[in-house]
Amino acid sequence: MEANPAALPPSAAPRAGIRLPGVGTGIGRGYVVLYLSLIVLIPLAALVDKSLSSGLDNFWTQVSSPQAVRSLKLTLVASLIVVAINAFFGTIIAWLLVRDEFPGKAAVNAIIDLPFALPTIVASLTLLALYGNESPFGIDIAFTRTAVVVALLFVTLPFVVRAVQPLLIEMDREMEEAAASLGASGFTIFRRIIFPNLLPGLAAGVALAFARALGEFGSVLIFAGGLPDTQVSSVFIRSQVESGNETGAAAVSMVLLLASLLCLAAISLIQRWGSRHERSTSDVVANALNKDVSGGGV
Amino acid sequence: MGISVEGANKSFGDFQALDDVSIEVPDGSLTALLGPSGSGKSTLLRAIAGLETLDGGRVVIDDEDVSKKPTQKREVGFVFQHYAAFKHMTVYENVGFGLKIRKWDKAKISDRVHELLRLVQLDGLAGRYPSQLSGGQRQRMALARALAVEPQVLLLDEPFGALDAKVRKDLRTWLRHLHDEMHVTTIFVTHDQEEAMDVADQLVVMNNGQVEQTGSADELYEHPANEFVMSFVGEVNRLGDDFVRPHDMEVVLDADDRTKEGLVQRIVTLGFEVRVELVLSDGTEVWAQLTRAELQRLELREGQIAYLRPIQAKSFNGSSPSASQGASTPPGSQDDGEAEVSAAV
Amino acid sequence: MSSASARSHVASGAVSRWSLRVLGLGFLALLLVAPLVIIFFETFKDGIQPPLDAITSPNGLHALKLSLLMVVIAVPLNTIFGVACALLLVRHKWKGNALIDSVINLPFALSPIVIGLALYLLYSTNDGWFGPTLAEAGLEVLFSVPGMVLASIFVSLPFVVRETVPVLQEIGTEQEQAASTLGANGWQTFWRITLPAIRWGVAYGVVLTTARVLGEFGAVTIVSGSISGKTETLPLFVSKEFERFSEPGAYGASLVLALLALMTLLAMNLLKRKEDA
Repeated sequence: MEANPAALPPSAAPRAGIRLPGVGTGIGRGYVVLYLSLIVLIPLAALVDKSLSSGLDNFWTQVSSPQAVRSLKLTLVASLIVVAINAFFGTIIAWLLVRDEFPGKAAVNAIIDLPFALPTIVASLTLLALYGNESPFGIDIAFTRTAVVVALLFVTLPFVVRAVQPLLIEMDREMEEAAASLGASGFTIFRRIIFPNLLPGLAAGVALAFARALGEFGSVLIFAGGLPDTQVSSVFIRSQVESGNETGAAAVSMVLLLASLLCLAAISLIQRWGSRHERSTSDVVANALNKDVSGGGV
Repeated sequence: MGISVEGANKSFGDFQALDDVSIEVPDGSLTALLGPSGSGKSTLLRAIAGLETLDGGRVVIDDEDVSKKPTQKREVGFVFQHYAAFKHMTVYENVGFGLKIRKWDKAKISDRVHELLRLVQLDGLAGRYPSQLSGGQRQRMALARALAVEPQVLLLDEPFGALDAKVRKDLRTWLRHLHDEMHVTTIFVTHDQEEAMDVADQLVVMNNGQVEQTGSADELYEHPANEFVMSFVGEVNRLGDDFVRPHDMEVVLDADDRTKEGLVQRIVTLGFEVRVELVLSDGTEVWAQLTRAELQRLELREGQIAYLRPIQAKSFNGSSPSASQGASTPPGSQDDGEAEVSAAV
Repeated sequence: MSSASARSHVASGAVSRWSLRVLGLGFLALLLVAPLVIIFFETFKDGIQPPLDAITSPNGLHALKLSLLMVVIAVPLNTIFGVACALLLVRHKWKGNALIDSVINLPFALSPIVIGLALYLLYSTNDGWFGPTLAEAGLEVLFSVPGMVLASIFVSLPFVVRETVPVLQEIGTEQEQAASTLGANGWQTFWRITLPAIRWGVAYGVVLTTARVLGEFGAVTIVSGSISGKTETLPLFVSKEFERFSEPGAYGASLVLALLALMTLLAMNLLKRKEDA
């Protein structure tokens, strides 16, 4: 299995004689590299630089300040809870979309992507209206840590669903039929046949959702607020910027940055582990964007 | 527009696809590149088209060395195994593509496209999309598209490989007729020896990146240069160093000094021919091809002992493929001369 | 189709099927559907006038225009980059491809605040690497449109690439080779053959990019300072109105954004069907 995330089957390798507009040439590559450097790499480098600019000791002081630690802990724990919940519900929803038929299924399939399309700040506002002190349901969890969890649930839901869906669609029914003919019950079939095959995709979707949850800002801001107890790291970072502590903000940002990189690395490893599916990190990401899933079982 | 390839070399990483390959394709002929997968035939074809660049050697089309010319300037028509249809264009637009690139005016394009669609029997389908056509129709469209720009040379890469057996047979005959009408120098690649022998004037048999033998279907069948060619173009039994075609295997009921004893294992009637599988006393498995009449005359049964007399056999000196001359000898005779001798019964 | 998908050996009992449905769909209803519904209610709670006034106020209109400006600049830039990058990744073997691929995935995993801060530090006129030089040349990046554009480009960078790559892989190179044999040069092949073949993938990527740019909040908020009437996009406007306890403004703008989101979902669905066709 190739280590290259952009790995292709040999038939798609370039053939001599076909020169698509100079992209493979120096100019094309230069343009791509320049664009990426200017937009992504150099700013991130500036961030790394700033976080270490007052020395490693200061870095550590900033990162270990009580509020910084509290926010990191909250962020971490909330993210873990959220991905666990979404792993469970996301799988169920993906199952319903692929293996079940009910009226309005297409609409449900479409609405899964709402968190991708809806601005996070709007999500925060509406969650506040729904589950805040004017809640039509009578539930008031605004400005609590539960609010953090709910907001993160909202934004990370599509990741797991869209990661599991294509695997379910592709899954070879005959395996299940063979198991059934051998006397396995529905639950056994799920546990021993279906779930192991879903696991790589599920794990990758979870890793991506986790990365997203760690860094989430907009949806948490209004709904959970910035109280010391309910402040996630991203909100903390912004407050540091507003109070002029740029080094501190940069230091905690570094932590988040490293966490994000770890998540991406984890996804890469997961792909190699489940390599018989021949998918790359980029495929996982593409699936998270609801690429080619129509939610129909075959 | 004769084509010749001289000393072509091409490797992909460690894999040597073409090893000092040279061929001559006479102007106006229909040549088949025949060989198993990995023999280099497609690579050779694509090198002629410029879709692969050679590591060494050259390609000459109509006395001009085109080795350094890019594909778009070589004026070769190319037909792909999986059609390579422009899926987002109609049949009309597909066939007219090359003409549009050459900036022909609309009226001329229309005339030419319709002329070609008539030629390939697809008129009336000009407005359809490739996805609405059958495999055979798509391939005919691909052919029309390639021919539209009046190429010097027509190259087909396993053109019927993706089609059903019946469609394949029909199209192969149709291709032959088309060639007879148009006389464009044509090379096509196939792994199906029956197809090659049915259609081509000249066959080039390739294996492991090298040319094993070039010649007409008859020449290859009657005078194969080596064991590979012999077994590739037809069925073959191996008796020691000799190779005998099943229809050259006579089955008799009495032994003599030229026969070998065999036990009839299985008799299969396949349409008009009968296949008799035997095992010899040394364990070799052979089969003989008989007609129904012969089978009835001999009254052969499974489990019976019978005797085999090869009418004609070939043996090849040494084991190096391209070097040896085919020699036909009657088996059992002591001289293994180079001369061709057909055995008399 | 329906008989085949219903033929599931796992949830074959009616009870288990219904319990799954209640669980899954109930979760969705509470989490996704309810928010959509409530926006409508909250916006028009006191009638149509208050939200309308807020949206059509100078700040509101400016915010709307600014959001659209972000889209008009960032989306084409990322589209051109996306297609070029996809071509590079798929059609040309290059040692740098793995690295490029990883960098492109970064915006998915990074916090928008981190992104905003990185840009802030880079272009800070105090001690950023680029800030002072640009300031001398008279170019304001932070607290101004250029910075916001950079932030928008960063966060929405991957979408066109990610959507185009699989399509490019799928169509293979044969059509392009055929065009070449018919005399088309590189550009002609690209315009007439490659681009039409990948257009729905690219379109899908464009829709996702647009949605992302419109909805971006965290990165832009840091980079722009959220100055009303100058550097406030619509999502920033929502936040500011809420902070000022101006609910009609906040909800009105949210409604606009929610409608745009629904249109995005619609476009996504339609394009998916085009691609399958």
